[in-house]
Amino acid sequence: MKALRKLVDSIAPTFAKDGKLGKLHFVFDGLETFLFTPGHATVKGAHIRDSIDLKRTMSIVITAMVPCLLFGMWNVGHQHYLALGEFLGMGDGFWDKFIFGAIKVLPIVVVSYGVGLGIEFLFTTIKGHPIQEGYLVSGMLIPLVMPVDTPLWMVAVGAAFAVVIGKEVFGGTGMNILNVALTARAFLFFAYPTMMSGDKVWVNTDVEQGQQVVDGFSGATSLGYAATGNVDKITSIADSFWGIEAGSIGETSVFACLLGALVLLITGIGSWRIMLSVLLGGLAMTGIFNLVGPGLNNEYMQIPMLHQLMLGSFFFGLVFMATDPVTASQTNTGKWIYGFLIGVMAILIRVVNPAYPEGMMLAILFMNVMAPLIDHYVVQANIKRRLKRTALVTA
Amino acid sequence: MSTSIRIRKGLDIRLKGEAEKVLVQADPAKVIAIKPTDFHGLVPKVLVKPGAKVKAGDPLFADKYNDRILFTSPVSGEVEDVVRGDKRKVLEVRVIADPTIAYEDFGVGDPSTMNRETVVQKLLKSGVWPVIRQRPFDLVADPAKEPKSIFVSCFDTNPLAPDLDYIVHNHVNEFQTGLNALAKLTKGKVNIVVNSNTAAREFLDAKNVVRQTVDGPHPAGNVGVQIHHLDPINKGEQVWVASVQDVMMIGRLFLTGKYDATRIVAVTGSEAKNPKYFRTLIGTPVKDLLGLVDPHTRVVNGNPLTGERIGQDGSLGFYHTQITLLPEGDEPKFFITDGWASPGFDKFSANHSYPTWLMPGKKFTLDTNQNGEPRAFVMTGQYEKVFPFDIYPVQLIKSILANDIDQMEKLGLYEVAPEDFALCEFVCTSKINSQSIVREGLDSLKKETT
Repeated sequence: MKALRKLVDSIAPTFAKDGKLGKLHFVFDGLETFLFTPGHATVKGAHIRDSIDLKRTMSIVITAMVPCLLFGMWNVGHQHYLALGEFLGMGDGFWDKFIFGAIKVLPIVVVSYGVGLGIEFLFTTIKGHPIQEGYLVSGMLIPLVMPVDTPLWMVAVGAAFAVVIGKEVFGGTGMNILNVALTARAFLFFAYPTMMSGDKVWVNTDVEQGQQVVDGFSGATSLGYAATGNVDKITSIADSFWGIEAGSIGETSVFACLLGALVLLITGIGSWRIMLSVLLGGLAMTGIFNLVGPGLNNEYMQIPMLHQLMLGSFFFGLVFMATDPVTASQTNTGKWIYGFLIGVMAILIRVVNPAYPEGMMLAILFMNVMAPLIDHYVVQANIKRRLKRTALVTA
Repeated sequence: MSTSIRIRKGLDIRLKGEAEKVLVQADPAKVIAIKPTDFHGLVPKVLVKPGAKVKAGDPLFADKYNDRILFTSPVSGEVEDVVRGDKRKVLEVRVIADPTIAYEDFGVGDPSTMNRETVVQKLLKSGVWPVIRQRPFDLVADPAKEPKSIFVSCFDTNPLAPDLDYIVHNHVNEFQTGLNALAKLTKGKVNIVVNSNTAAREFLDAKNVVRQTVDGPHPAGNVGVQIHHLDPINKGEQVWVASVQDVMMIGRLFLTGKYDATRIVAVTGSEAKNPKYFRTLIGTPVKDLLGLVDPHTRVVNGNPLTGERIGQDGSLGFYHTQITLLPEGDEPKFFITDGWASPGFDKFSANHSYPTWLMPGKKFTLDTNQNGEPRAFVMTGQYEKVFPFDIYPVQLIKSILANDIDQMEKLGLYEVAPEDFALCEFVCTSKINSQSIVREGLDSLKKETT
């Protein structure tokens, strides 16, 4: 530690603002403050401060995503081998599946972080502000919402678009309107639809010599089946819960998402109001569909409530995307409305709109845009309460 | 009509170094210093020159824009110096104290039998008046105005705060006389706000007042919170406040006719060698109370959340009844061992990001490190958990940052003082200095409205 500190201190003058490499000051600053919480004592206001900082916060969110990442790696391998008709049993070839998945997933993670952080450092240097930690989370979320076969160049383009257009043009971390990771996904989804949707992208079917894809393999996700009228082919509720199905890398397992939710809720970093209200919104909408489904003779609407919610990315979005504090509603009342409408809209888009098999991404992005409006009305209500009190006094 | 309220939002910060309930009579100070900077927004007009002889109660300086408000000497002696800083700003007026204090006589009298103007005059002339503060704006009260009510908070929930039950003990006469004087200042009510744990007869048997009960974690003891819940301030209204020791000082003025600036001060904090209560005078050098202090220690006039940083050569402030000694936290912290990625079994946090939330009884030593760097607002809902007002704190702060006067007014700036935001500032992940932002907001709102 002391040796490291000495090393940092010895090279610090080179990177000082007027030093030889002064242009890279904030790059150096970013790395230095990663290693050492700076010895900045409080100058004004409260003399003591809470131990939490943004680095701790972000690292906890990343920890919460680890179950999704690890499970996703295994599931990528599992789906691949299912398609080839090998290791059909759940427990068979655990390490083969996991390693296969890791080989597919880790490069995406590396590219996402490399490109995103690279651009962040670039902006830091150009704009002369210290680097903020927001991308640490976005950089992990982006791989988790990509189909496994997304080419690396696409990941790079998506990450670059998200950081530049989604965040930096608004002023960086804390200033963005749309969820950064979803901006990346939405951009790729609309720019390269054939590589981000359909039946061919969710399961890796690369074959080596002697291998071949089994007959009748489709590669469709449950929602893909449902959207094309094959409701009978969706996965069982148990498989949906554990996440043994085709889908984006990290989104399939409700169980892994719930582990993440547990971490976020216990530490108090994720908003329980948003999580609960998204869930309630989803339940309400599926409930309505369950009621009207038989009359309309619509099989999709009749999928039981919990099963419907466990499909697709509903829980992943609920735990990790809707709760992004920067783009969600900021008032407590607003969070209830914001979350509830996400739940309602996600299911509405999924079931009713045939163009989009899954509605979570669009629902969250739409409500991201609406969140400031919700907050505005919540705050106005507070202002009106106060004015009313004044009116009473003067009357 | 007394009410009982329970506050749920808030946070008790558990620190080591509470003052032991032992009262020590401090030695008389040789030199005392009265600081115009203790009174926010005051432009002082100095009334004495170095070498002048003063008695206790003789004015040292006055408010330039309201020269009825006098600031007087707590001791008799010779004015040593008027210390000035940048742009000739007056920092302190120093008085060399006589071995025995000679007091100016302001006359003994029962405030209950006086009219309002006589009470006001007496408080102003003796220099006791500045203990009465006004909301909104958190300033010395304007004697030309009349408040709709007066509040005295009888418990302090700040970290390591002095126990007011202990301080008021056996001072029933002073306290009650002080309350009687306050009652003359308003046509409304004088509210004393107690905690339901209090056993002090001085509070429970107080007459001529309305006793209200407020319970809950800090900031339940902040008078701003109590006013908000019991008699909220609307635009154009004023509420006056005074602390328990201030009320006692008012009482002593009427009982003895003297400006007796005695304070009972709790010396607290993890770095205090023997934390105790001291009886001393306003303006006493803190060195007299603390003895030798490690140079790597921060000396704070007041509590760790709202106090003012003074050097070891500083002196006790006009309003302060607590001195806190904290370890200075200017060493970098390696991220794995004691920085942001450490397990943190000795780190205190309002949320559950460190495992110490599983140790509810543990007391902590917090240093003055900021524990992170300033960031944009990212987390939401944090302030709301420790801010028991029907006010949106983040939105209010943002309106101040945008200097949107209209919006600040609408969002309730009249009802808050910087100290009410101290906990928000403490818990903030983004390390935003909200107390000074609120102070700026109050200043610009005042400028705009007067």
